[in-house]
This record gives sequence, C-alpha cells and structure tokens, in this order.
Amino acid sequence: MAATPTTVSTSPGPVRSAPGDWQRLRSGDEAAYVITFMAAAGILAITGLLVLELYTNSSASRGKFGWSFLITSTWDPVNDQFGALPFIYGTVVTSILALLIGIPLGVGAAIFLAELAPPKISDALTFLIELLAAVPSVIYGLLGVFVLIPILRQIEPFLKAALGWTPFFSGPFYGVSLFSAGVVLAVMIIPFIISISREVILAVPGDQREAALALGATRWETTWDIVVPYAKKGIMGSIFLALARSLGETMAVTMVVGNDPKIKASLLAPGYSIAAVIANEFTEATGQLYTSALIELGLVLFALTIVINGIARLLIIGADKYKT
Amino acid sequence: MTNLLTLRRKTVNIVMLTVTGMCTLIAAGTLVYILGYLFVHGATSLTWDFFTKLPTPVGESGGGMANAIVGSGKLLLLASLFGIPIGFLGGVYLAEFGGSTFSYVVRYVTDLLNGVPSIVIGIFAYTMVVLPQKHFSTLAGGLALGVMMIPIAVRSTEEFLRAVPNSLREGAMALGASKAKSILTVVIPAAKNGIMTGIMLNLARVAGETAPLLFTSFGNRYWSSGWEQPISALPVMIFTYAIAPYEDWHKQAWAAGFVLLTMVLTVNIIARAVLSKRKHIAR
Repeated sequence: MAATPTTVSTSPGPVRSAPGDWQRLRSGDEAAYVITFMAAAGILAITGLLVLELYTNSSASRGKFGWSFLITSTWDPVNDQFGALPFIYGTVVTSILALLIGIPLGVGAAIFLAELAPPKISDALTFLIELLAAVPSVIYGLLGVFVLIPILRQIEPFLKAALGWTPFFSGPFYGVSLFSAGVVLAVMIIPFIISISREVILAVPGDQREAALALGATRWETTWDIVVPYAKKGIMGSIFLALARSLGETMAVTMVVGNDPKIKASLLAPGYSIAAVIANEFTEATGQLYTSALIELGLVLFALTIVINGIARLLIIGADKYKT
Repeated sequence: MTNLLTLRRKTVNIVMLTVTGMCTLIAAGTLVYILGYLFVHGATSLTWDFFTKLPTPVGESGGGMANAIVGSGKLLLLASLFGIPIGFLGGVYLAEFGGSTFSYVVRYVTDLLNGVPSIVIGIFAYTMVVLPQKHFSTLAGGLALGVMMIPIAVRSTEEFLRAVPNSLREGAMALGASKAKSILTVVIPAAKNGIMTGIMLNLARVAGETAPLLFTSFGNRYWSSGWEQPISALPVMIFTYAIAPYEDWHKQAWAAGFVLLTMVLTVNIIARAVLSKRKHIAR
C-alpha cells in the first residue's frame, strides 16, 4: 500500500488519526507516535497483568473451595478453612450504613449549596468540602479511633433506648463495630456526594426553574419536583462512585471495625471487611492456601468495585449528555 | 380550603429548605470539627525531635519519625519515576494521537484502574516484587504507589493538553514544524503549568496511601539501608502507632497525622489557586 505522498500533514489540531495512517506522519513523528503508543499500551498491559496476577495467585484457594468460598462463613487459618462470607457481609453492611447516613446529608447539602446558598458562601463551603476529599484515609481512621468512637460511646445509650428493640442495636458495644465503621465511611464519602451532586444540579438549565416558578411552584417544589429529577442520573452516579469508594476503603475501616470474622445481626458488634482482613492478615499469612485465600478476597473486592464503578460511569456519562 | 393548601405548601417549603441548610451545617460542621481537632491535637504533640530522631523503643518517651519522613520521600521518588512517565506519555497519546477505538479502550481501562481499591494494588505489587524476591522492599512499595499514580497522570495530562487551543498547533504546523516538534515545543510548554500541578496533586494523593504499603515496603524502625530493604512511611507509621496501646505512641501518631495532613492540604490549596481559572480539576 504505497501511500500517495502527502505534501501537507493531515488535519491539524488533536488529530484523529487512526493507527493505520501513522506512516504518513512526518519525520520524528513515527517515534513520537510509537513512544506514546507504547505508554498507552503499557497501561493496558499493567491492568491486564494485575487481573492475571490476582487470578493465578488465588488458584490454590479457588481450586480447593470453588464458588462455595463466597458463601462459607468459616474463617479458620489454623485448620486451613477459608470462607469469604463474613467479610463480604461486613463490607456490604458498612457501605450500606455509610450510604444511609451519607445520601440524605450529602444530597441535602448539595441541594442547599447549588440552589439556595448565596454563590460566595456556596463556593467557599464547596472549596472546604472538596479539600476534605483529599484527606488521606489513614487520617480518617485516626480520627475515627480517637474522636468518633468516644462520641459514639456517649450516644450509644440513646441509640439503644430508641432502637434497642430491633436486633440491629442489641448486645454490648465496645466502641469498635460495624456501626462505627459505617459512620466513618459516611464522613469520608459525604464530600464526594456533595461535590459531584452539586455540579450536576448546577448544570440543570435555568429555564426549568423559571418555568416552574412562573407556574406558581414554591422554591422547594421547584427544587424537588423539577431540578432534582432532572439531575437524578448524575446524583445516582455520585452515589455509586461513593459506594465504590467505601467498598474498597481499607485503613479507616480496619482501624474501627473491630476485626472479628463473625456474622452478627447487631451493628454494635465488631465485624470485619474484605479490605480490612487483607490489610491485617496478609503479612502474617503462613502457608500457601492462606495467602491464596486472601488474594482471592482481593479478586472478589476487585470485581465488586469494577461493577459498581462501571454503573457510576454509565450514569454520569448519561447525565453529561443532558448538560448540553 | 385553598388557603389551607397554600399554607401547607408554604410550610413544607420553609421546613424543607431549612432541612437542606441543616444538612449542609451538619456535613460541613462535622468535617471542620474533626479536622480542627486534628490540627489542635497534632500541633501540640509535635516536637522538633519528630523531624530529626528515630522512633524510640516501647516504654521510652520521645523520639521521632525522621526515618519515616525520608522513607515517604524515597517511596514517592520511586513512584514518580515509574508512574509519571507512563501516565504522561499515555496522556500525550490520548490527546494528540488518539481518536480510535484503541484510545477509547485505554481511557476506559485507565478509569477502571483508577477505581481499583488501593489494597488490591498492594497485592499486585506483592505478587510482582515481594514474592519473587522473598522479602519486603522499598522497590515493591514504590511500584505500588507508581501504579496508583498512572490513571490520574494520564487523565490530567490529557485534559490539560486538550485545553491548549488548536490555533497553536496549526500555527506551529504552518511554520513547517512536524507534529512531534509542535507537540514538544509548542503544545506541551503551553500546558506545562497545568500538567505540573496535576503531578503535585497526584503526589499529594499517593503520599497519604497506607494500604498498598502494608505488605510491600512493610515498615522499618531504623534507617533503611537500600532500595532492597523494607522502609517505613509516614502513613503506615500513623496506622501502627494509632492502633498500638501506648499513650506515647498515640501522641506520635497525632503529630504524624498533623504533618501529613498539612503537607497534603497545602499542595491541594496551592494547586487549586493555580488552577482556579479552570472549572474542572482532574481527580
């Protein structure tokens, strides 16, 4: 395929050149193309390798336990019996708790910041809240251990008085618990929910609001019945993003969840999460099967967050389409 | 009847608007409270020794985390050497040569990699470096942090390159520069500030990562003698010291938290000031 000699280089700008026509690029361009292409391909290779490593290194555990690994609740390193259920349970429960606390507060605050607060106050508060998204998780863990747990100890009697009749708030409370982990996670994900939801709400066209107000709707009716449904997809996206983050969160959870691989109905009892057990037991794991089981847990966590992130991406891309 | 309905609607309006205000107050209040607590507690626990001395054995008071500060620096250096070139070049590809299905796949996979929990990246570095070598090492920790840097490096590079007006590229080409030459001498310099800021934000993010270091660089109570040895890092020290049962260690953990957070927030505030003209910041 001898190309017709090109005198002028192809279309200018962020050139959309398919890999096929790289030969036509001029001197030095081949090198630039190849080098950057290799880097881009390298990213694919690294990600592929990551999946492959997780898969091959968990083969011992996958071979021995099969799918029942996911539904077995025994975790007994001494007798080489491993089941992931207590950790999956803890991960899911703490994340759901975080969402139950985080969604109303986060979305409520986003509505306030986008619709009601004066722009200057809104910008200042948003700046502050977005900075909090940059705080390392180990610092949230530190604060969880020394600030949040003492506070929870004080409000625990009230919680029990109000909700103690349900199985979820029964039994003794030692401070470290699924509940504490849920609260710490909520604090961590609220900045995410606020910052993305606010942007989505701000992107709702002004004429939607004006039309509703002109028809005699109150401010709240306009916001709740018109603006929020319009921004729904993006808000859902922010929630899924927050969920993915809380599922994979390691340090803060490890420090406050109590690290007990048992499934108990009470949220006040200590529990465990997938990420936490990997963090705690990986260096101590003796024997190939033990390590392999922990790596399989990593594989489970990987799959879980990929699915949730995928959903979040679809939702947010869908919301982007509305913006224009 | 109508009046009653109006009254109801007005009440709902006021009540709900107040509720959203309360949400903001609770969210911002909690966050400000805990960070204020950290700053007060951390600053009072901080001594000069923290920056210059090694950790003391259990029971002895005093000491510092000089080795962890240097350790974090060494890990970040390794991470940058590994993650930034790949991420930067990948970003250049997406912005300047992209457009095909392949770029779509790269973008998608980059986002996917960004969503992988840090502890899983730790397992990856463990199987890649620690397992074959049979010991924990600085290299393994650097690799873990480097992999974590890639997605953000790609995204911020691509975003800032795309923000460079096309007229600059056209101008360079009209003067006879090849595409490579125009990227190298015109486009990248024009996006330099943004890209550098992106790198700083990226570093600030991985500087606080703990989970991927637990079983790669592991930790070390003394100076680490080489790249092959385990090394301590500030965030790992916070974790170890916070969950230990010693009052003295808790103080050190607060001091370390204070130092780490001050660094991370300073970088973020400066970056935001630099980027304030641009609305969206690559996360």
